[in-house]
Amino acid sequence: MSSPESSPYKATEAAEHTETRKTEWPLWEIFIRGQHGLSHRHVGSLHAADAEMAIKNARDVYTRRNEGVSIWAVEASAIAASSPEEKGALYEPANDKVYRHPTFFDIPDEVGAM
Amino acid sequence: MYAQMIKSTGQGVKSLDEMEPQERAFQERIDAGGKIEPKDWMPDGYRKNLIRQIGQHAHSEIVGQLPEGNWITRAPTLERKAILLAKVQDEAGHGLYLYCAAETLGVTRDDLTRDLLSGKMKYSSIFNYPTLTWADMGAVGWLVDGAAIMNQVPLQRTSYGPYARAMVRICKEESFHQRQGFDIMMKMAKGTDAQRKMAQDALNRFWGPALMMFGPSDAESVHSAQSMAWKIKMNSNDELRQKFVDQTAPQAEYLGLTIPDETCKLNEETGHYDFAQPDWDEFFDVLKGNGPCNTERLEARNKAWDDGRWVREGLLAHAAKKRSAKMAAE
Ligand SMILES: [Fe+2]
Ligand SMILES: [Fe+2]
Ligand SMILES: [Fe+2]
Repeated sequence: MSSPESSPYKATEAAEHTETRKTEWPLWEIFIRGQHGLSHRHVGSLHAADAEMAIKNARDVYTRRNEGVSIWAVEASAIAASSPEEKGALYEPANDKVYRHPTFFDIPDEVGAM
Repeated sequence: MYAQMIKSTGQGVKSLDEMEPQERAFQERIDAGGKIEPKDWMPDGYRKNLIRQIGQHAHSEIVGQLPEGNWITRAPTLERKAILLAKVQDEAGHGLYLYCAAETLGVTRDDLTRDLLSGKMKYSSIFNYPTLTWADMGAVGWLVDGAAIMNQVPLQRTSYGPYARAMVRICKEESFHQRQGFDIMMKMAKGTDAQRKMAQDALNRFWGPALMMFGPSDAESVHSAQSMAWKIKMNSNDELRQKFVDQTAPQAEYLGLTIPDETCKLNEETGHYDFAQPDWDEFFDVLKGNGPCNTERLEARNKAWDDGRWVREGLLAHAAKKRSAKMAAE
C-alpha cells in the first residue's frame, strides 16, 4: 500500500503546519483495472473533497493514456494494512507447508504432463 | 537536476560494523537491491533526505509548467497547441505522483506546498529562466526534459519503493516530451533563416542552464556519498552531465545548430565529448533567488494558491454537507 495513515512527521523542514491538515482534502488511494482483464491494481494516491471528485481526478492523473477501464477510489484512512514487523509470524503458517507447491511431488516421466 | 544540492546528514557514510542491528539490516537490504516501503523502519536521515529530494522534484514539475504554459495560447498551430497542452498536463501529473510518494513518508502535500510558497523549499534552477520565443518550447523539451530523463531513468531503481514506482510512471511519459521538443527544433532548424536563427538563439540561452541542472561536481561531497549508499542517488552529477553532452552534441549537429561552446568536441582518446563547465556563479546566484524569473515564478504559484482557496474550502464544505444529508436520510 502506498500511503494509508500519513501520520505527521515532525523532524523535517516541511512539517510544522498543523493547521493545514484540518483544511486539506482527504487522501484517496486509487486502484485501476487495465484493458486486459486483470484485477484492479494500486497506482498511487491523490487528494479530493469527495468520492466523485476522487474518481474524476484519478482519471486525469492516472489514465491520461488509456491505462484503465475501471477506477476504484478508497479513502486512505479506511484501509487496514498489515505491519512489516509482523511479517514473520503472519506468514509463518504458509512457510512450513511446502507440499502446497506442485514441485513437492515427483511424478515419473512416463506419466506425461501433469 | 530536478533536485539539486540535497544535503544529507553531512556525517559521512557509516560502515556496516558501526551500525546498530536495525540500521544494519536496513542497509543490507538496500545493498542487496531490496526496496524500502513506507511502513518499514528507516533511519531518520533517510526519511528526511527523501522528503527534501522528492519534494523538490515535485515542486520542479509544478513550477516547470509555468515557462511552457507561457506559450500555450500562442502556439503556431492548433496541433502544436494541443501537444503542448498535453505535455504541460503531464508535468502536473508528474508533480502529483511525486507528492503522493512524499506523502508516504509522513508529510502532506499541503505541508510541502507551503514550504514551496514561502521559499523554504527549492525547485530546479532551470525554471527560473524565461521562455522568450516559440523555439524555446523546442529547446526546453529537447534539452530540459532530455537532461531530466538522464537522471530519472536510473532513479527507477532507487531504494524507496513509492519513489521508484513514481519514476517508472514518469519515465514512460518523458520520451514524448523530449521528442515533441526535438520535433519543434527540427522544423525550425530546417525552416526559414529567421526560424533557424531563433532555434540557434534558444540553444545558446538554454545550453548552460541545462548543464547546470545536474548540479556542481559532487565527487567530493559527503552528502552525495550518503545518498548513493542509500541508493536515492544513483550516479554522480559529472557522470550524468557527461552522458547528457555525449547524447546531445550529435543531435545538435544533426540539426545544423552550434553548441555555444568552442571546446565542445569529441575526444578521440576518451570517446566522450569535451566541454566547458557552465557559469557556476550564475547557478548559485539563481539558487539564491536572483535568477531572471525567480520572483515571477513564486508569485504565480502564490497567486494560484491564494486564488484557489475559496474553491478548496467550498468543495470541502459541500462534501461535508452532502455527507450529513446522506446520513440524515438513512
Ligand atoms: Fe516531468
Ligand atoms: Fe519535466
Ligand atoms: Fe517532462
